[in-house]
Amino acid sequence: MVEAIKIILERHLLSAVIFTPLLGVLWLYFIPGGSERQKLYRGITFLWSLLVFILSLLVLIRFKPSNTGFQLVENSIWIDAFNVRYAVGVDGISIFLVLLTTFLMPIVILASHSVSKSLRGYLANMLLLESAMLGTFLAMDLFLFYLFWELMLFPMYFLIGIWGGPRRIYATLKFVLYTVFGSVLMLVAIFYVVYVHYKEFGEVSFLISDLLQTVFRYRTECILFLAFGIAFAIKVPIFPFHTWLPDAHVEAPTGGSVVLAGVLLKMGLYGFIRFGFPLFPRASEYFTPLLAVLAVVGIIYGALVAWAQSDIKKLVAYSSVSHLGYCVLGFVALNSISTTGSIVQMLNHGISTGALFLLVGVLYDRRHTREIKEYGGLASRLPIYAFFFLVFTLSSIALPLTNGFVGEFLILMGSFSTMPVYVAFAVLGVILGAIYMLTLYLKVMFGKIDEKKNGALSDVTRGEIATFVPLLFMVFYIGIYPQWIISVIKPSVDHYVSWMEERRSILVMPKYAGKSGEKKAFSVSFERGTGESGADVVDALSIKGM
Amino acid sequence: MLQILMDEFMEGMSYIAFIPLFPLLGALISYLVGLRFRWVSGWIASLASCLSFWAVYCVYSSLPEGEIFKVNLFTWMDVGGLKANFSFAFDALSAVMCLVVTGVGSLIHIYSISYMAQDKSKHRYFAYLNLFLFSMLLLVLGANFLVLFIGWEGVGLCSYLLIGFWFENLEFAKAGRKAFIVNRIGDAGFLLAIFLAFYTFNTIDFSEISAKIANYKDISLYVPVLTAIALCLFVGATGKSAQIPLYVWLPDAMAGPTPVSALIHAATMVTAGVYMMARTNFIFDHAPVAMATVSAIGCLTALLAATIAIAQYDIKKVLAYSTVSQLGFMFMAAGAGAYWVAIFHLVTHAFFKACLFLCSGSVIHACHHEQDMRKMGGLASKMPITFATYLVATFAISGIAPLSGYYSKHAILSAFGKNPYTGAWASFLGSVASFTALLTAFYMTRSLCLTFLGRYRGHHHPHESPILMTLPLVVLAGSAAVAGFWGGELYEYLTEAIPSNGYHFHYEMLGEAFGHSLPSLGAIVLAFVLYTRLDFIVAAVARTLPAITSALRNKYYIDEIYGRFVVEPLKGLSYYLWRGVDQMVIDGAVNGTATVAGLTAEMLRAVQNGRILSYAMIMAFGVVLVLIFGGLFGWAFG
Repeated sequence: MVEAIKIILERHLLSAVIFTPLLGVLWLYFIPGGSERQKLYRGITFLWSLLVFILSLLVLIRFKPSNTGFQLVENSIWIDAFNVRYAVGVDGISIFLVLLTTFLMPIVILASHSVSKSLRGYLANMLLLESAMLGTFLAMDLFLFYLFWELMLFPMYFLIGIWGGPRRIYATLKFVLYTVFGSVLMLVAIFYVVYVHYKEFGEVSFLISDLLQTVFRYRTECILFLAFGIAFAIKVPIFPFHTWLPDAHVEAPTGGSVVLAGVLLKMGLYGFIRFGFPLFPRASEYFTPLLAVLAVVGIIYGALVAWAQSDIKKLVAYSSVSHLGYCVLGFVALNSISTTGSIVQMLNHGISTGALFLLVGVLYDRRHTREIKEYGGLASRLPIYAFFFLVFTLSSIALPLTNGFVGEFLILMGSFSTMPVYVAFAVLGVILGAIYMLTLYLKVMFGKIDEKKNGALSDVTRGEIATFVPLLFMVFYIGIYPQWIISVIKPSVDHYVSWMEERRSILVMPKYAGKSGEKKAFSVSFERGTGESGADVVDALSIKGM
Repeated sequence: MLQILMDEFMEGMSYIAFIPLFPLLGALISYLVGLRFRWVSGWIASLASCLSFWAVYCVYSSLPEGEIFKVNLFTWMDVGGLKANFSFAFDALSAVMCLVVTGVGSLIHIYSISYMAQDKSKHRYFAYLNLFLFSMLLLVLGANFLVLFIGWEGVGLCSYLLIGFWFENLEFAKAGRKAFIVNRIGDAGFLLAIFLAFYTFNTIDFSEISAKIANYKDISLYVPVLTAIALCLFVGATGKSAQIPLYVWLPDAMAGPTPVSALIHAATMVTAGVYMMARTNFIFDHAPVAMATVSAIGCLTALLAATIAIAQYDIKKVLAYSTVSQLGFMFMAAGAGAYWVAIFHLVTHAFFKACLFLCSGSVIHACHHEQDMRKMGGLASKMPITFATYLVATFAISGIAPLSGYYSKHAILSAFGKNPYTGAWASFLGSVASFTALLTAFYMTRSLCLTFLGRYRGHHHPHESPILMTLPLVVLAGSAAVAGFWGGELYEYLTEAIPSNGYHFHYEMLGEAFGHSLPSLGAIVLAFVLYTRLDFIVAAVARTLPAITSALRNKYYIDEIYGRFVVEPLKGLSYYLWRGVDQMVIDGAVNGTATVAGLTAEMLRAVQNGRILSYAMIMAFGVVLVLIFGGLFGWAFG
């Protein structure tokens, strides 16, 4: 037994991280039911998710930042007929997303005390969701990635559909249909990518490191990028694919909102940086202006619409659209500073928006309303609550020395060198962010208490404080000393950026092909000359995976 | 461990880290201890502030002439060419700023112990006040743009928290929000300046940028980008230092406790923009267009605010507009390239304006939170110390020799008159500035007369404030009186760190100086006569010119104009985007797709009707569709 655990920890650490939560579902299943056992369920699941967090810390310890490729790789054949592999690995881009997931999960479970309806099912769905999310971040095989990607949908569907608010059915349907629409496009695109790869190299492979060698015809590449891009854009969500988000957030239970904002919204961005951009370097370059425009529009639009909201959760949901716009901008600007900033911002958004949803949950548990106008003057009645709310508000509006500033600053600073005009507009988001968040804080916290029910509200309990403190710590840790996290992310990001630049410079854009003699000579000089059916491009560098 | 630390800190240099550390610790301790023992927090915070002052003094006295102490605490961010260290630099400029911030800060902390004695959440107050000192010290000690920006936003946060300190009053809380948001507009400009600077110089460190600019062979190539950086920086300065068009938050900021107005909204924070210009002089010096803009905006702001101050009845509003106006004077000096003069006026202004605000606090305290000067009057006999210090400070700000205000303001006016950047406009703007200086004397004397002279018009029994409040008043009034005599020393000291650009300190005989201040004295006498003996004339003038009077009293309706043409359209837009674009267009399309799918299904059910002809028809239609689709597919992938 001990030997087995030792082997698992040594050779299959990532699998252990992915599947431990799934094992927890079994646990929950075999504990006898009964409403008096609520505390037991929550306690066991909490400890279990803590175990997952510890395992993921082990990943961090074993991780060598200087190494730019995938690490702790497990790669074995899974479906022989199509050479589908069970391949997982972690690099500097994904490692903190994994940690964010395992870090948020115990907090979410701790915050589940307000769930009364079938707590066991709720917790089981949470654990299942955790496995799916971790798998998505760690998969190196496109098929495996897609599997986990779709697997995330089910628990989220149930979490909103069963434990959600009054309009939960509409919200779930909208969420699922939106996502499935994108996923189907992606599935078709995945098969086409594998097909082209097969035509080019004569072997079927879903492994990302193999597929990255594939060279597409330019037009094909653009269409495939669109298919992947729409799937990811819906998931981010990028304007104008965002309208499922406010509904899903408003109807989701507190824990669901935290996971949705904290981790699920990172999936689309992760998809872009792991697959969308590297698989289709030229297409992503072609669509860069469009993506940048959508990102900036999202930043400003999300902030303005957030300002108009009367429901606290909707306000925070629209603020996510704005914040994620920054991440997209940082990715499309494609340099080390902006890309690092985007990854840090993904973590920050998970931390501060997750915390804001927890805070809204605290109010909802007490008053069962999320209408801003129902509140007012809470700061005098709930001083500790007001303190936490203030800190996470400041983190959300990116005040220096909180985490939010580090991400936003790096993104804008980095993007400025390649797209200054976009940044000049994106900076407006800095102003608008302060407007809607401080207006929210003003309306909820300041003034006199005029609603009688608010006068009787009790301040946060110790259990609730326990959910905020780790997040508070992270707000200041990343805000004051981001260098350690940056130093872990940086080598992988540098590698990614230089790889992308190299790839874009090698693969000739069609407008040059044939026109410029120099470029033509350049393409002839490579040995393995043809892409799919005599394509206009070549790739001769042996690029060893991302 | 402790021994090593002690050894480290024995060197003068390492005290630098202590300068901001004391207030930071003070903020934490005074809050936590104050939770249990409210009365202690004020003393802890004051102690922290005084310790910080002592640390500043230690570093200042060990700083060799013309040197810069640099301390690098840790690497904040190091990524892709950007190397942002958390580092401090201590030179003559930061020395002067630190001394003012911690010196005046300590006095105001002590004053607050008594002023806030009755407040039930004073531990929060003192924690914020210490936190403000911490941020302000980061701002003036920062060795690069980023550390300066941390302080820059940090003081904005503390200002927000302290303006809305009595948050149960929604109007006060709204004033805090307004201050933060207006400042954020400036900060966005500041951020763009940092981006541009990094893009141009590939570093954000002040000394490195300065060295790079000095080494450029052909500086004229860089003038456009330097001008852009300077203008963006100045956008930041208009926010923090309350200049046109972003000054509107400062008068509202008077909602905060009066010592806060003295420290943050008069003596220190609002001067951050002036400090920043002096700090980045190597950029502004090569941006003549930006300098002309700074000069013009400073001059215009000074005039505008001074005219508004004449018609205000709230004593703190008068002082607030006076602050805006005086900041305009500082920018006039900075815009002429006379950075040291700007800092000189910053220092003297810190003394007399802090004194004036604290006096007004003393008066407000005595009159049971009455701020309307129409309900004051005759307080001179009831509050002699407050009156005497207010009088000294009023003469100082009016520029009467030999008080400090004369020396700094005279230096500004003479520098501004020969401003090289405004060309033909120099003499015109110079005379506007001189006229504004007379207005200053007039409205300050007006406030003095209304508050302290005549007979008491209120219903309370005002009495002199306790010693903890009057002592800082006396110290500040004393400083405001004599600080001008050190103008020459200050000039020598400051020009070690910042270029003098040919502006020197002029030593004058006392009689000569007094002669120069005669016009201001005339304005004082005029105001005195008008508001104590001949106030019917004032009333008559107000009656005959109702349009002008109400425009002045309502601050030219600037707030209303901003509300009507900026805030409300933006709010309307956000509502329209939500209801119109988000819910109608996008969601309409999404839900419409779903509806169409449902309807299609319904229709297709009708198609299965068992008639061969219609099946054939559909088949033909299908073939056409396949052909079209195949063609498209072939175009795309073929």
